[in-house]
Amino acid sequence: MSSIRYTRDHEYVRIEGDTGVIGISDYAQKQLGDVVFVELPQVGARIEKGAQAAVVESVKAASEVYAPLAGEVLAVNDALEADPAAINADPLGAGWFMKMRLADSAALDGLMDETAYQAFLKTLD
Amino acid sequence: MASDLPEDPTSDPSRIRPAAQDPLLRTPLHALHRELGARMAGFAGYDMPIQYPAGVLAENKWTRDSAGLFDVSHMGQAILEGAGAAQAVETLTAADVQGLGENRTRYAQFLNDDGGVLDDFMITRLAPGADGAQRLLLVVNAARKHADFALLREKLPALRLSVREERALLALQGPKAAQVLADALREEYGGLRDKIAAAPFMSFIDGGEGLWLWRSGYTGEDGFEISLPAEQAQRFARALLADARVRPIGLGARDSLRLEAGLCLYGHDLDETTSPVEGALAWSIGARRRAEGGFAGASRILRELREGPARRRVGLLLEGRQPAREGAQIQTGDGRIVGALTSGGYAPTLERPIAMGYVAAAHARAGEALDVIVRGKRLPARVVALPFVPHRFFR
Repeated sequence: MSSIRYTRDHEYVRIEGDTGVIGISDYAQKQLGDVVFVELPQVGARIEKGAQAAVVESVKAASEVYAPLAGEVLAVNDALEADPAAINADPLGAGWFMKMRLADSAALDGLMDETAYQAFLKTLD
Repeated sequence: MASDLPEDPTSDPSRIRPAAQDPLLRTPLHALHRELGARMAGFAGYDMPIQYPAGVLAENKWTRDSAGLFDVSHMGQAILEGAGAAQAVETLTAADVQGLGENRTRYAQFLNDDGGVLDDFMITRLAPGADGAQRLLLVVNAARKHADFALLREKLPALRLSVREERALLALQGPKAAQVLADALREEYGGLRDKIAAAPFMSFIDGGEGLWLWRSGYTGEDGFEISLPAEQAQRFARALLADARVRPIGLGARDSLRLEAGLCLYGHDLDETTSPVEGALAWSIGARRRAEGGFAGASRILRELREGPARRRVGLLLEGRQPAREGAQIQTGDGRIVGALTSGGYAPTLERPIAMGYVAAAHARAGEALDVIVRGKRLPARVVALPFVPHRFFR
C-alpha cells in the first residue's frame, strides 16, 4: 500500500516500495494557477533532500520544486512537456513530475502525512 | 516549492505564502471579489484579485473574445485645474497637452530632469470649469500615485490638484465591451447608448450622475474605463457581471493581456533610468514638443530623437515552450550581453512565451536573432515588432 507525504513547501512524495513519486500538491497547483511549462531533472541525476529538483512555470512566474527526499531520478514525466496543464488537472496523478529511487526511504522525518498536511494548510489562510 | 522571484513580495501574484506586511488597503469591490472566489494578493498596497476560479488562461481568452471586467480602483485619479493648466503640465511631460481637444484622452509620461520616466499615465482634457479654468483628468499608476501627486504639488503650485480618492475605477475590455456597456446603461443613463456607440478611441464621456467614461484600456482590445463614486461601484459592477457576455478578470490576466499588446508596465518596462525614446514611446511625444522642447529631460530626449537611443525596448518571441522572466540576460549567439528582459511570460493568445526587454540599438531591429539566458540555458529568440497580438481599438 502506498503512502503519501508532504513538505511545508507543498511538494508530495508517494512512497511505493523503495521508489518515490514526486509532484506538487493540489493546494500548490491552485496557488500557482495555470501551469505552462515544467523543467524536469535528467534521468540518473542524484538529488539531495531539499535541493532544487524541478522548476514549474505558471503564466506569470517561475517556482522551484525541491526534492522531498534524497535519491536518484529513475524517470521523469515527459508527457508534461506537451501537456503541462495536467499538473493543474490531476496533480497527484497524471501531473507527477519524477520518480526517484530513494536513498533512505526511512527518513521521512519532517514530512507530513495527509492529515497533518491538511491541518498545516488550515494555518496558512 | 518556492517562488524564485526575489524583490518586492507584493509584485508576484503567484507566490505561495503571503508575507507579513502592513495591512492592505481595500477597493470598493473587495467584498465582491471574495464573493466571486478570487485569489487575492497584495499589489501596490492593495488587496487585489489576482485571478478568479476560471484562471489566467481562460480570463485572458474571455477578454479577447467577449468582455472582461477589471477592478482598477487602486489607480490614482485626480483633477488638475487652473488657468494655463495644460501649458504648465507640459513642463513635466513631452506629450502635447495643449493640443489635446476637449473630451480627448492621451497617453503620457512624467519625466525627471534626466529624461527618465517617473510614471506613465492617461490625461484627459475635461470641459472648462465654471470660472473658465482648464481642467485635466489624470489617471496614474497605483504604486506611483503618491509620488506623482507630490510632484505636481511641488512643481505646479499655482494649479489646484484634487485627488479623487472617493472614486472607484473599473475597466470593461473586449470586442463586446461597447455593446455590453450601452445595454447596461440603457435605463439609468438615458442617451448614453448612442454616445457610447459613437465614441472614438481615446475620447471621454461625462455620463452625468458622477459617471465618467473614456474609451481606452490596457489590453489592446476595444473597451472603456469607468470612473464612478465608490458607493456606486458595487452595484454597477454587479449589473455588468449580470450580463452573460461579461466575466471578472484579475490582475494576472491584466498583465498577460498588456504584455501581448506590447504595453509597458511601470517599474518593469519603464523606470527612472529609461527615457520614452528608449522605451519605444517616441510616438507619444508631440511634433510641437519636439520642435519647442521645454519639458523636463528635454536635452536627452531631443538628442535621442535626433541621433537614436543607445538601447531600445523590443519585443522578443521565444522559440520552444519555456518562458523567460524579467531580469533574464539577452545575449548574441556568440555570448555578448546586449540587454535584459523587463517583462516576460506566456502569451495565452499565441500559446507561446513572449518577452519585452531593452537591447543595444544595433540589435533592436525586427528579425534579429538573440538568445535569452534562463537558469544557464540559452533560449533562442527573435526580435519582433510590437504588439505581439494586434490591437483592435475602435477607430
